[in-house]
Amino acid sequence: MLRSDALQAIYPELEDRIVVTIMGAVAAELFSLGHRPNFFYLEHAMGLASSMGLGIALSMPEHQVIVLDGDGSLLMNLGTLSTLARYKPGNLLHIVFDNESLLSVGGFPTATSSGTDLAGIARASGVPRVMEANTIESLKESVSDALKSNTLTTIVSKVEAVSPKSFHMDLPLLENRFQFWRCLEAMRKQHTASITERNER
Amino acid sequence: MPVSVTNSKLIYEALKACDVKIMSALPETWLVHLIRMADEDPDMTLVRLAKEEEGIGISAGAHLAGVNSAMLMQNHGFLAAINPIVSLALLYKIPLLMLISYRGHMGEKDPWQTQGGLTTESILRALNIPAWHLTNSNDIYRRLKDAQTLAHASLHPVAILLTRELMWED
Repeated sequence: MLRSDALQAIYPELEDRIVVTIMGAVAAELFSLGHRPNFFYLEHAMGLASSMGLGIALSMPEHQVIVLDGDGSLLMNLGTLSTLARYKPGNLLHIVFDNESLLSVGGFPTATSSGTDLAGIARASGVPRVMEANTIESLKESVSDALKSNTLTTIVSKVEAVSPKSFHMDLPLLENRFQFWRCLEAMRKQHTASITERNER
Repeated sequence: MPVSVTNSKLIYEALKACDVKIMSALPETWLVHLIRMADEDPDMTLVRLAKEEEGIGISAGAHLAGVNSAMLMQNHGFLAAINPIVSLALLYKIPLLMLISYRGHMGEKDPWQTQGGLTTESILRALNIPAWHLTNSNDIYRRLKDAQTLAHASLHPVAILLTRELMWED
């Protein structure tokens, strides 16, 4: 499975949700599918996309947060799985694209290429729902089930180590940061307004 | 354990007055009462970390989601979190309120704490992170409030160094 095809297949589920991605291929490919103000691309600090997702999920429990992680990043912060599992935010979906490679920096193999099993580590860390989805169809199904489950889910998807044509994104880091910040603020306000309206009705 | 309950309580109350809603922490002797207070407070989300690095991500997420957070860490935890402080907080202009127990400095008896103690302030300076020392209970409220105000105005991390004089009753 190509990661770009996988992203395209789940894009409709990402479109209106809060999304945090790691740097490199995942960010570039999601950006090229169509940037949205509710997408944040963590262009450094490898390993911390899931920690950011946890911070957002705990702060905005009424909204669903999707983290797009990778094997290289997750291996740098395996402790995040135990922390996610400890607090189990039901509004967080953690998707890990495992290409067994540090693709953006020369394609050197990661430990998943020699047997490290990220889904197994997630399960053993106590993540309540862990799925493996290695085809487009199973990924679409797993994502849609996870979003309906209201249960913290990690999905590990094996993908081919193929780079995007370009890693360039026409979006300065700080523009992304402030746009995302404003967007989350608007989402909270909209949510509060909808509750007020419901109560008044 | 001669960790000051009175001063821990004043610090906790000041954090509440700063509308802090999420605290991340890793246990350390001087922080035990603060962590317990956060744990027992139904209005506080306490996130117990595996490593301090995660706390930078959690605080960044909370900030972007409009929630005030604080981090409780030992200075060795601050040292463990330097890369994300640089490549997340400084890079993306994220305010952080870091409460750092200042081990390994004046009065320290544990040899293993001393190298961290001797490098903490020079590393904060190298990162251009302003720091208040808390040595006196009368300063707690004002200095915490002012540190948070600066963090939000500058969109930059700030450090509060919790000193032995404040935290430890010999």
